Amino acid sequence: MDMLSVKNLCISFGGLHAVDSFNITIKKGELYGLIGPNGAGKTTVFNLLTGVYKPDMGQIILDGQNITGKSTIEINKAGMARTFQNIRLFDNLSVLDNVKVGLHNDNRYSTASGILRLPSYFRTEKSMNEEAYKILEVFGLEDEAKHHATNLPYGKQRKLEIARALATNPKMLLLDEPAAGMNPSETDELMETITRLRKLYDITILLIEHDMKLVAGICEKIFVLNFGMELANGVPQDVLNDPEVIKAYLGE
Amino acid sequence: MKTKILNVNKSMGSNLITIGMIVVAYTVCQTLIATGSMTNLLKNLLVAMCYYSIMAISLNLTVGILGQLSLGHAGFVCIGAFVGAFFSKVTISTIENTFIRFSLAILIGALSAGLFGVIIGVVVLRLKGDYLAIVTLAFGEIVKNVINVLYIGIDSKGVHFSMSDTASLNLEEGGTVIVKGAQGISGTPRNSTFTIGVILLILTYLIIVNFINSRSGRAVMAIRDNKIAAESVGINITKYKILAFSLSAALAGVAGVLYSHNIATVQSTKFGYNMSIMILVYVVLGGMGNLRGSIIAAVLLTFLPEYLRFMRDYRMLIYSIVLIAMMLFNWAPACINWRKNHSLKSYINAVVRMFKKNKKEA
Repeated sequence: MDMLSVKNLCISFGGLHAVDSFNITIKKGELYGLIGPNGAGKTTVFNLLTGVYKPDMGQIILDGQNITGKSTIEINKAGMARTFQNIRLFDNLSVLDNVKVGLHNDNRYSTASGILRLPSYFRTEKSMNEEAYKILEVFGLEDEAKHHATNLPYGKQRKLEIARALATNPKMLLLDEPAAGMNPSETDELMETITRLRKLYDITILLIEHDMKLVAGICEKIFVLNFGMELANGVPQDVLNDPEVIKAYLGE
Repeated sequence: MKTKILNVNKSMGSNLITIGMIVVAYTVCQTLIATGSMTNLLKNLLVAMCYYSIMAISLNLTVGILGQLSLGHAGFVCIGAFVGAFFSKVTISTIENTFIRFSLAILIGALSAGLFGVIIGVVVLRLKGDYLAIVTLAFGEIVKNVINVLYIGIDSKGVHFSMSDTASLNLEEGGTVIVKGAQGISGTPRNSTFTIGVILLILTYLIIVNFINSRSGRAVMAIRDNKIAAESVGINITKYKILAFSLSAALAGVAGVLYSHNIATVQSTKFGYNMSIMILVYVVLGGMGNLRGSIIAAVLLTFLPEYLRFMRDYRMLIYSIVLIAMMLFNWAPACINWRKNHSLKSYINAVVRMFKKNKKEA
């Protein structure tokens, strides 16, 4: 069963083909890595998948649903959530509220019942809190629930971003350099967290990463992008030993 | 973990303190009035303090919570003031009960200001930063100037409008002119009292606080903090921006109704650029996103210029110097620390802790 199937995705900015005929098929529950040298177009692929950019050509199917050209909000509702390379948290909200914003669309009550504090407000808020704490516990953030997001240490901010994305109850998670800026022990912890996530939520993950230890350690398949085009695609051992890939990373 | 979920609303205590402060201030004022020790000057300012506070906290919703700079808040106040006064004048003979009439006037004033909030919001909230400020500024001036040349009269055939003068309304004999262009509306029933003002202030405060601490308020603050991230978790940006903006406008309308029922004549020229800036000064001085601060700033700065009248020509000079001094000291780190150590909350916490300790020992 395919979770994500992308066919012939293209976008160019001016004369630059940022992403050129990108094809990928990700099975349900798979953990796919997307790697490539700087400027290869990895984040652009994420932006295309989540509707930040509209593709010039191609088709994106998420779990049987065509999401090509849809808005970011619609794509999120269809079941795709993401994190960002440069952390984008709601800095002035508490850690708990950051996750509750993620729960926004699945837990509804009207603005009026919020202002008038009707029973539906208390009922929904209570279940939202319980759910948010459950997610925070997966990431070991429950003790910091009342802190401002901006006061968290870097590694925990990254985790909170994943927690918030997870709160939207996605089928597929896109992680943009989750280990960027982390020290080795934080990276190990993150790897463990991602493994645990997959067990708990039965979720499909596509992640961009430069940390080869992490990529080789947890990814089941790897896609290598270079100058917007496919360089290699397959299981880690083959891909990471591919002379073309080594050349692209290290030069001749 | 259970206990954590129970005290989710930690701002609850802070809200009660703010409402407590308003109630205490109200009681003190009423006692002073009853004992006759309040000067007439101050007595006349009491309702003004209420409506300026409402304007300040409603603008704080746009500036502090939504994070958009609006320089046209007086425009919404103006709409509320005129619609409310118009309604009261028209229905003064048909609705005998003052309470019902005034409540309806407030409701209608708020709704029409809110409606304008939606209309303006749809257009204006696509812009950001300086551009938004400029367009809202223009909106405020347009409202002011249109109402300044607007004539409305009523006779047995219905309502007549004109933009030139009273004669062109073509009223029948016995018809009355209600809005007289630059002269505005005069003879509005003076229903605004200090008590009503304080009740409205508390209600407005509760509406805003409850809004902020609800699902919608969280979405609005998420948009303020990071628009792209908010979109990525499926928050409808346009909807929540307009919602917050129009709620802010509607509450400004409430302040307007209170304003027009407090003075004999309401003229649109009063609601110009200066008033918008003044409200913004309350918000900035009190701290963006800090409702209690807005109320304190509004009360102090309403009171200050009146009390500086004895300085005659130097009045506004001193006022501005005081303003600059307050800006400098209000957010100085030493002052913030002092406030933290001497806040009402810290005293209450200390008392609570003492009680708990005693209980344990007993």
